[in-house]
Amino acid sequence: MKLAAGLLVVLMGAVVGLQAVHEGRGGRPSADSPNLLYVRSPEAMKRLALSYDALLADVYWIRSVQHYGGTRLSNEPNRRYDLLYPLLDLTTSLDPRFNIAYLFGALFLSAPPPGGPGRPDQAIALLEKGLRAQPDKWEFAQQIGFVHYWWRQDYTEAAAWFRRAAQMPGGPFWLTSMAAVTLAEGGRRDSSRVLWEEIARSEHEWFRAEAQRRLQQLDAMDHIDRLQAAADAFEQRFGREAAAWDDLRLAGYLPGIPVDPTGVPYRIQSGVVGLTAGSRLFPLPEEAAPPAR
Amino acid sequence: MRMIGHVAINVFKESVRDKVLYNLVAFAVLLIAVSYLLGQLTAGQDVKIIKDLGLAAIATFGLFIAVFIGIGLVWKEVERRSIYSLLSKPIRRSEFILGKYAGLVLTLLVNVSIMTAAFYAVLAYLDTQFSDSVRASWPAPATDPGMLRAIGLIFVELMLVTAVALFLSTFSSPFLSAALTFGLWVIGHFNADLRNFEAVVESASAAYLARGLYYVLPNFAAFDIKAQVVHALPVEAPYVATTAVYGAVYIAFLLTGAVAVFSRRDFK
Repeated sequence: MKLAAGLLVVLMGAVVGLQAVHEGRGGRPSADSPNLLYVRSPEAMKRLALSYDALLADVYWIRSVQHYGGTRLSNEPNRRYDLLYPLLDLTTSLDPRFNIAYLFGALFLSAPPPGGPGRPDQAIALLEKGLRAQPDKWEFAQQIGFVHYWWRQDYTEAAAWFRRAAQMPGGPFWLTSMAAVTLAEGGRRDSSRVLWEEIARSEHEWFRAEAQRRLQQLDAMDHIDRLQAAADAFEQRFGREAAAWDDLRLAGYLPGIPVDPTGVPYRIQSGVVGLTAGSRLFPLPEEAAPPAR
Repeated sequence: MRMIGHVAINVFKESVRDKVLYNLVAFAVLLIAVSYLLGQLTAGQDVKIIKDLGLAAIATFGLFIAVFIGIGLVWKEVERRSIYSLLSKPIRRSEFILGKYAGLVLTLLVNVSIMTAAFYAVLAYLDTQFSDSVRASWPAPATDPGMLRAIGLIFVELMLVTAVALFLSTFSSPFLSAALTFGLWVIGHFNADLRNFEAVVESASAAYLARGLYYVLPNFAAFDIKAQVVHALPVEAPYVATTAVYGAVYIAFLLTGAVAVFSRRDFK
């Protein structure tokens, strides 16, 4: 008995040691792409699921979140979100009432590169699919309006969707005025701020965090406008572009190096002000890539 | 009736002694507990995922218990040759079959009850982890008693699976009985496809055959209202009652068949 116990301890020690060696050598050689989805057909998957469709929807939802988060955080310069839409499509086909998958999925899909695939068309398609499953869900109509407003700058469509959302059962009254403001003053930061402030009141933490980030972006855009005005004034006064913040500081335009709402210094290059690429707020909605001059 | 009770209690005691049964329950409880950790991986959908996983675990573990013990109920007695001493006692063959069935149903009832209690305990704990505003956004409370309707239908489904396994085991080997029971369970979830088969085939006879199978084979899909209760969608009491009655009638049919086959079986 003692011999057996001793042997068990030794063998388990050997297993742990070999596992450590295995890990030290980098693990199993990669044989396939992580971007692999064996079944893409929602119809086929619904049949294969038998009575486990809701559970499989959860699995695909977790995969969607992991795929989005993993790709977003990866250091790969050409990161792609190829599986995001198929995964969300499978999730919402297996469980057509998985509301958060439509709402979060639309945010994931419409975010521009590198923070997302930059596919507002797919975001709208996903939300329209949600509306087909639940025609009274005003949140989906509002979100479609939002995608048109924020990512497509199509204020006519956005206003139409806000109006439609307001007319749905339970649709908030403020969407009616939002529709009117969008038509009259589409693209104004004040209107955008109102939209994001509404989203910042969401009960979902992720939505709140995303809305805070977008509100900070709007603040940064206001700051950049003021800083750009100072840089332009400097150029007019001295006949040359400001090459660095010190030029503006020494000329009395600024008290110090300006920082964005996350504490990262703004960038000034050849007289053009923008966000530093390393900032959490980069890129701004109007600044997918740093402007060239 | 007393004889049926005696056999049932013995089946229950035997299954309680069966360590595999304990392992299944322990694993189910563990799975539900682990589901709490799994919920941390996703964006605020912990309660939905735990409800989905918990209900699926109750159905799955119950299914394994129903099939793997159901197929052995009669076969074990024949294999051990204890059937001879049993049948020499003042017990009718029908009482033997019905007692075996009732014993396994009692085992399932205890198992499903334990799993349900653990499931609600995990949800009650999870409920304390969220603010009132988050709770207000859920379609139903974490410990929604409405889920008991789904668990009730899962239990009726498990009773039906047990009846299928028992019926098949009266004339077939355990391996074949298990394969056929699982096969019927899978086909029972494709019931809607059988009904709509005429839309995809040109042959009228094939369409009639599929339509016939649709009516004759057990419709296991009807017992699945897990997604509805998780999303707090209305599931009318008449639907639950009709489905339960459908299950009861099918069980009666299978047990009658099992008794008929077993009564004619020659153990010489």
